[in-house]
Amino acid sequence: MRILSALVVLLALATLPFWVSGYILGVLTIAYFFGVFAMSWDLLFGFAGEVNFGPTFLIGLGAYSAGLLDNHGVPVWLCVIAGAVAAVFGGLILAVPALRLRGPYFGLITLVAVLVLQQVIVIFAGVTGGEIGLTINDVLSLDPGYNYWLALGFLLISGIVLTLFSRSAAGLILQASGQDPIEAQVLGFNVVKHKLAAFAISALFSGLAGAMLVFYLGTASVDTVVDISVGVQIIIAAVLGGRRTIFGAVIGALFLIIAGEILRPLGQLSTFVVSAVALGVILFFPDGLVGYLLRRGERA
Amino acid sequence: MLALQILVDGFAISTLYALGAIGFSLIFGVSGVLNLSHGGIMVAAAVAAWFIAGPLGAGQYLGALGGVSIGVVVALVTYGVVVRPIQRSRAIPRDETEIFVLTGTLLWGIMIQEAIAYFFSDSPITVRPLIGGVVDIAGVRTPANEILTAVICWISIGLLWLLVNRTAVGKRLLAASINPRGLTLLGFELSSVYLMVWVIYGVLAAIAGVLLATFLGTSSNNIGVLTASAFSIVVLGGLGSVSGSLIAAYIIGYLETATAYLLTPTLRTIPSLLLLVLVVYVRPQGLLGRR
Repeated sequence: MRILSALVVLLALATLPFWVSGYILGVLTIAYFFGVFAMSWDLLFGFAGEVNFGPTFLIGLGAYSAGLLDNHGVPVWLCVIAGAVAAVFGGLILAVPALRLRGPYFGLITLVAVLVLQQVIVIFAGVTGGEIGLTINDVLSLDPGYNYWLALGFLLISGIVLTLFSRSAAGLILQASGQDPIEAQVLGFNVVKHKLAAFAISALFSGLAGAMLVFYLGTASVDTVVDISVGVQIIIAAVLGGRRTIFGAVIGALFLIIAGEILRPLGQLSTFVVSAVALGVILFFPDGLVGYLLRRGERA
Repeated sequence: MLALQILVDGFAISTLYALGAIGFSLIFGVSGVLNLSHGGIMVAAAVAAWFIAGPLGAGQYLGALGGVSIGVVVALVTYGVVVRPIQRSRAIPRDETEIFVLTGTLLWGIMIQEAIAYFFSDSPITVRPLIGGVVDIAGVRTPANEILTAVICWISIGLLWLLVNRTAVGKRLLAASINPRGLTLLGFELSSVYLMVWVIYGVLAAIAGVLLATFLGTSSNNIGVLTASAFSIVVLGGLGSVSGSLIAAYIIGYLETATAYLLTPTLRTIPSLLLLVLVVYVRPQGLLGRR
């Protein structure tokens, strides 16, 4: 039943390019990439229990690696792969302190990682374009419909892979080691291996999405892929949708991006309203939208 | 000459950092809360001081006083509306409270930032100095306000020390940080202790915010950076250790000032960030922290 309704929704989404405007397609395309960011974050936070304030460290690495290579005439698909590789490398760098530190200490390291990346980009402005951003000469495609399908397909594949991973035995072990690493170790599980895997997978999808987003936007800038406020949005999306659900992160991201567009007439106040709604959800429905619905479904 | 300049300028900045971070550290030590809306409270106090002193025309003294009061109010609202409901919520699992407090206060900080930007402005503001004039310290021309800033900060820190170590209220705060359960068993209401610590925190953060605005100026866009710097000072010094935060504030303040003077102002924060990463790697509990 659930699979059937999911298929129907998916089909409906896939036909959107035939009957909605390019503007809506554009908003949704960005929302889909954002959904991948939020899902990747949920894998680290919800399952591995790592307080990661710096999702944009991984995304930014992927985005800027891809963008810089593109400026040197490397083919687009190779740039995207290189972006993903760079992000995985960054993920493994982050994983080293994560194995030693817990909670707020690791959170701080991730925060610092973002700040350092941001400073490096600004300081080497000659290569990276600094605060203005890096112009990308290639695009994924000129057709908004094709871009949309690409983003939707990418979201679908990432969602399936991440969900399967999180529900596999490895995902359960990951969850156990996030909640009580010592007990998980006593039970004979290799905590280090599972955490490294979680970081690598999360970074892989963050980097891929970051690199693809850059080619979609035609520019890589600190404000769109590195700044802490972008990371905060990703965290809000995942918590809003419901942590530890993977799927909820997508709903949260869609809600956040679409609400941001609808509230655009409010100007500066729109961020205020979105944050207030997110705070309300945290206070009253700590399991998030999807988590809340799942709970009710179980009880009924 | 340059060395003396760094010594004088760095001292004022470090002292300000220390005052900002001590409240942050205190609140973690006593109630285990990392308040990521810290910068928001500082800037709210600064903007209130600026608004009362300037556009409302009440003068800088009333402005400073009003700013500090507003800061305390915002701190109490933070506690009442965000932190306390999360701590008491039954739907949030106990071991995840910390993460919810982090996310909740982060969102609250963004709300403060957006509200200030919308109702006032997001362009930098400078509160008029409490006193004017320039003092010559062994050849370094120093604004008198910079000296006053350092003096006020140290008086506040001294008063805090007296309060914590020499009064009954302070003993209760200390007891709550060591063993909250024991304190409740002795018949003290834990929530009134927490309320007390938030008031003290509000005063400290607000004073730091107002002074920062008289000295360097501030804007709602600085909120994230202010929170991050308090967070890093407190972690560097050791979470919950007030004297650790003091030492860390001076290390970071001087490192930043020296970098700005000796290398270039654009690199200002890089060495302190790298130092932070290094210390957290080698000694996760910070300089004076307990595990």
